[in-house]
Amino acid sequence: MAAAMKRSSFWSWLWIILGTLYFLLPLISTFDFSLRARKGILSFQAYLNVFKDPSFWATIRFSLIIALFTILVSIILVVPTAYWIRLRLPKLRSLVEFISMLPFVVPAIVLVFGLIRVFSGAPFFLTSTYLGTYALLVAAYVVLALPFVFRSIDTGLAAIDVRSLTEAAQSLGAGWGTILFKIIFPNLRVAILSSTFLTLATVIGEYTIASFLVGIKAFGPYMSLIGQNKTYESSSIAIISFLLTWLLMGMIQLFNRGNANAGSLAGGR
Amino acid sequence: MLNKQTSDLKEKRDARQARPNFSFLRDWVGVIPFFIFAFLFIVLPSVTLLVHAFQDNDGNLTLRNFLGLLEPSILDAYWVTIRISLTTAIGGGLLGFLMAYSITVGKLPNGVRSAILTFSGVASNFAGVPLAFAFIATLGRTGLVTVLLKNLFGLNLYEQGFSLYSFWGLSLTYLFFQFPLMILVITPALDGLKKEWQEAAQNLGASHSLYLRRVALPILMPSILGGMILLFGNSFGAYATAYSLTGGFINLVTIVIGSQIKGDILYNPGLGYALAVGMVVVMSLMMAVYYLLRRRSERWLRQ
Repeated sequence: MAAAMKRSSFWSWLWIILGTLYFLLPLISTFDFSLRARKGILSFQAYLNVFKDPSFWATIRFSLIIALFTILVSIILVVPTAYWIRLRLPKLRSLVEFISMLPFVVPAIVLVFGLIRVFSGAPFFLTSTYLGTYALLVAAYVVLALPFVFRSIDTGLAAIDVRSLTEAAQSLGAGWGTILFKIIFPNLRVAILSSTFLTLATVIGEYTIASFLVGIKAFGPYMSLIGQNKTYESSSIAIISFLLTWLLMGMIQLFNRGNANAGSLAGGR
Repeated sequence: MLNKQTSDLKEKRDARQARPNFSFLRDWVGVIPFFIFAFLFIVLPSVTLLVHAFQDNDGNLTLRNFLGLLEPSILDAYWVTIRISLTTAIGGGLLGFLMAYSITVGKLPNGVRSAILTFSGVASNFAGVPLAFAFIATLGRTGLVTVLLKNLFGLNLYEQGFSLYSFWGLSLTYLFFQFPLMILVITPALDGLKKEWQEAAQNLGASHSLYLRRVALPILMPSILGGMILLFGNSFGAYATAYSLTGGFINLVTIVIGSQIKGDILYNPGLGYALAVGMVVVMSLMMAVYYLLRRRSERWLRQ
């Protein structure tokens, strides 16, 4: 028995080590490469070059703003809907759940194809103005984020007694606006925060949709451009982007108290 | 039960207060923005692609776009895409499952478990352009691993026919986000395995491997297959990683659709619509099977 235990823990360690190597080797290689911008010595020159590039900051800023709007629209769209189907329209639950899963079957490249075909022409002409294009980008990201935003908000609502809270608030004379903004939203803090960070992680470096709608204004296409003509800088930008992902996922763990999050399937692979 | 009754009562009370025609409308007001959004940005784009797929350039009904799918280069694109998706789903699924098994059933320190879950969360979200850069620095012609293998073992990957920018290279790159995703998907199922089952099997005289083969694996199988299907879909629809790794010089369905959008391709413009529809059909089939499997696995593994 003890031998069997030992053997099984040997295999356990083997798989863990194999997986960890798979995870670490690319990171070590990339980091090593990113330090070689100056011949013969290791330096952070490539990082300095990236930070000195105004386009780096401009594209990060652009993508952050788009991400913030995405989060805002997602929350405003999903929270009242999820709340309402819990409170009043339980028969719509399966339909809303089904819709929120649709982005899984429409890959990002197909989504952007369809969006361009619908909204670039009559009667919308969204892509003929900057503002319209940005709005379309936000809408596309809201679609990408929908599966995990809906799931996380819905789980959050399941944990609080929506009906009692609502009735208590109503009996104290609160209107719908007060109920939503002063009672439901604050109680969903954790769910809202974790969908915020996951949305940020998905949207900031997103390439597929951004490259077709706004090109190198966004951070994803900017990274791609760096990759085409700057070898060492591309490695340093990969490390920066990795640290950013790590930071955002760490935030989720912090707020979710260690609950693993099943990631964003519909994200831009 | 009680809850239902009180809500019924409440609805009747509300109905009396409001004018009958509007109470229905008022109930729906809360969800209408969501449905409008879903219609405009999910349904309308999909349906538009579907309609265009059955039309020729002048808007007449035709099936010719789908005949275009039978061209050798397009069939090849589907074949390569499916092969990469299968390879990374099975490879990533196995590695992910074995790792998840190690941190749940295999008795490893608790710190290992949380470390692996954290890194899975990060790695499954690390994809696209930066992932391509990372693998170029690892397995590209001057990548660290390529150089190490050459210097330490005299093994020149690129002389052996390996290229990061082809089938195996792309598969290895996809694996980086595939197996961590499997870990995240399968760990809850493994946590659902009850200790009592193993003890009962032991009391009946079953060895550990018999327990695995006859009890644990059959219970876990729907979850494992379901996870692999998710991985399949995950790489089937991937575009950013492949495009930035190969610069568009690999024949994948997503890449062909991408060049159709840009208008790079001179022949049949209707083909792009048919390709997109084909993609959604494959993904829908995958998701349908996934949900059937998930319902099966929930019979045993209530979480």
